[in-house]
Amino acid sequence: MFLTDPFFWEIVVSGLLAGVMYSLVALGFVLIFKASGIFNFAQGVFALFAALTLVGFQTGQVPFAHVLSWLTGTEIHNWGAGLPTLVAILFSLGVMILLAWVVVRVVLRPLVNQEGIILFMATIGLAFVLEGLGDLMWGANVKTLDVGLPQGPSDTIIDATGMFVEKIEISAAVVAVILVVALMMFSQYTKMGRALRAVADDHQAALSVGISLETIWWIVWSIAGLVALVAGIMWGAKSGVQFSLSLIALKALPVLMLGGFTSIPGAIVGGLIIGVGEKIFELYVGPFIGGATENWFAYMLALMFLLFRPQGLFGEKIIERV
Amino acid sequence: MSLPPTAEAAENDDAYAAAEEEHGLNPRQVGPVIMDIRNITLRFGGVVAIKDISFDVREGEIRAIIGPNGAGKSSMLNVINGFYHPQEGEIWFRGKKRGAMKPHEIAKQGIARTFQNIALFKGMTTLDNIMTGRLTKMHKNMFWQALWSGPAEAEEIEHRERVEKIIDFLEIQHIRKTPVGRLPYGLQKRVELGRALAAEPQLLLLDEPMAGMNVEEKEDMCRFILDVNEEFGTTIALIEHDMGVVMDIADRVVVLDYGRKIGDGTPDEVRKNQDVIDAYLGVAHD
Repeated sequence: MFLTDPFFWEIVVSGLLAGVMYSLVALGFVLIFKASGIFNFAQGVFALFAALTLVGFQTGQVPFAHVLSWLTGTEIHNWGAGLPTLVAILFSLGVMILLAWVVVRVVLRPLVNQEGIILFMATIGLAFVLEGLGDLMWGANVKTLDVGLPQGPSDTIIDATGMFVEKIEISAAVVAVILVVALMMFSQYTKMGRALRAVADDHQAALSVGISLETIWWIVWSIAGLVALVAGIMWGAKSGVQFSLSLIALKALPVLMLGGFTSIPGAIVGGLIIGVGEKIFELYVGPFIGGATENWFAYMLALMFLLFRPQGLFGEKIIERV
Repeated sequence: MSLPPTAEAAENDDAYAAAEEEHGLNPRQVGPVIMDIRNITLRFGGVVAIKDISFDVREGEIRAIIGPNGAGKSSMLNVINGFYHPQEGEIWFRGKKRGAMKPHEIAKQGIARTFQNIALFKGMTTLDNIMTGRLTKMHKNMFWQALWSGPAEAEEIEHRERVEKIIDFLEIQHIRKTPVGRLPYGLQKRVELGRALAAEPQLLLLDEPMAGMNVEEKEDMCRFILDVNEEFGTTIALIEHDMGVVMDIADRVVVLDYGRKIGDGTPDEVRKNQDVIDAYLGVAHD
């Protein structure tokens, strides 16, 4: 029986932990989608940009070094000293907040009241711009990110259960739980959180009770920037900071279809289901159909959901009156 | 009256008469002009929605705006609350000329409103909806809120008390924790009124507060509007189609038709105004 097979449980645990990593990215999408009705295609690039910035600060890179060299003829690529990890993280967060402000002023404000699809296209543009900007600022080489999180397999778990679990994934799970609880508390129990939920529900009514949409959007995009930073740190620490990081956004899509675009718990549960699902499918079905199912399993599952439950597990049901 | 009134109308009249009697006992204080609207013109491209309209609202009164469909009533309300910016004209609020302001800034000045097609936060509970009305009154900064401790908590509790009073006043205690999307229409309208009241507005704008209600709900709403006006001294400007209601509760009425003002005065004056009668009943063009 496979339930008694320790290998099965190892797969489940590692699937859950991988799922947490997907959820972290999906969370950023949900936050923005709820508050402004925009599907932010650039969320993956946000994570990449945040990670690049963090590495840059940490290692003391000079931003726009190549451009500066070309303009001034100097050859300075490094300040010679980096910032301590914690300070670098705070600085990166500052950059993400600044970025959020620029996005609201430059992209959202001129497009207010436009169709969702137009805003979506704008975020695709934003993704390319930001990817280019990241390249220009910090260079395109693959970087290692070390924020002092423990690496390698956890010996205690191996000794106790015989399961092979990466320490970094445990850290990611813990951070994700803290992040989600903090976000929930913020949105349920504070004035600002209430304003965020109000904006998510009805823009016009929100204006009439004295909520400034622009301020709220700035806050929401800043929080999405924070989530992107956390996701960037976790993914960067696990597999290096490289431009393929922006593609994890694609893995977040099926997570959202499963969980529903408007639900924070949905993003978490969706990520876990896909994380575990794709590992188990690979293990038990993979060998019969040639393997490599992890590449497409999530999308297939999402397609099934679109057929039978288009609003996802936790999303709001779309009812249209005629 | 030559025709005998219908049962429904009679019941209506009785309720209004009772309300009038009750409220007639202590004549309310109507103060100086709180909002002065001067020569407002609003155009959407080539369409003139409002043409050169002026009227004022006095402190403590109930001011009704009436008119046939498409007369520009809701547009007028949207101008007052800042959703629309008129091309011409001035708005004076509490003795000061108002510059171009955003709706959320106007809300902070003390102007609250309800909407014709209820604009509540449907996913949130009644309590939360009404709490959003207090946003303009809450001042503790984000840092304390993030910690949700100390000053922010005390503030939350204080506001919660105010909100509970409004809930009591509107008799909606039983639906405090219900998401408003699930409530029947009449109750949603009442919650929306509660949210507007929570801001302790100096001027309360009501866009068709009784539209689509049954007689009983209308009577309740009438009572609440009169009570708000009397107990809190709130100045109210409302749009309404039910003539019986308007004539009974309003102190003064302004009548719009095709974006122009065709009448302004007490209900009795307006009722006798020939232009108003023509606009409502139609006039033979021969």
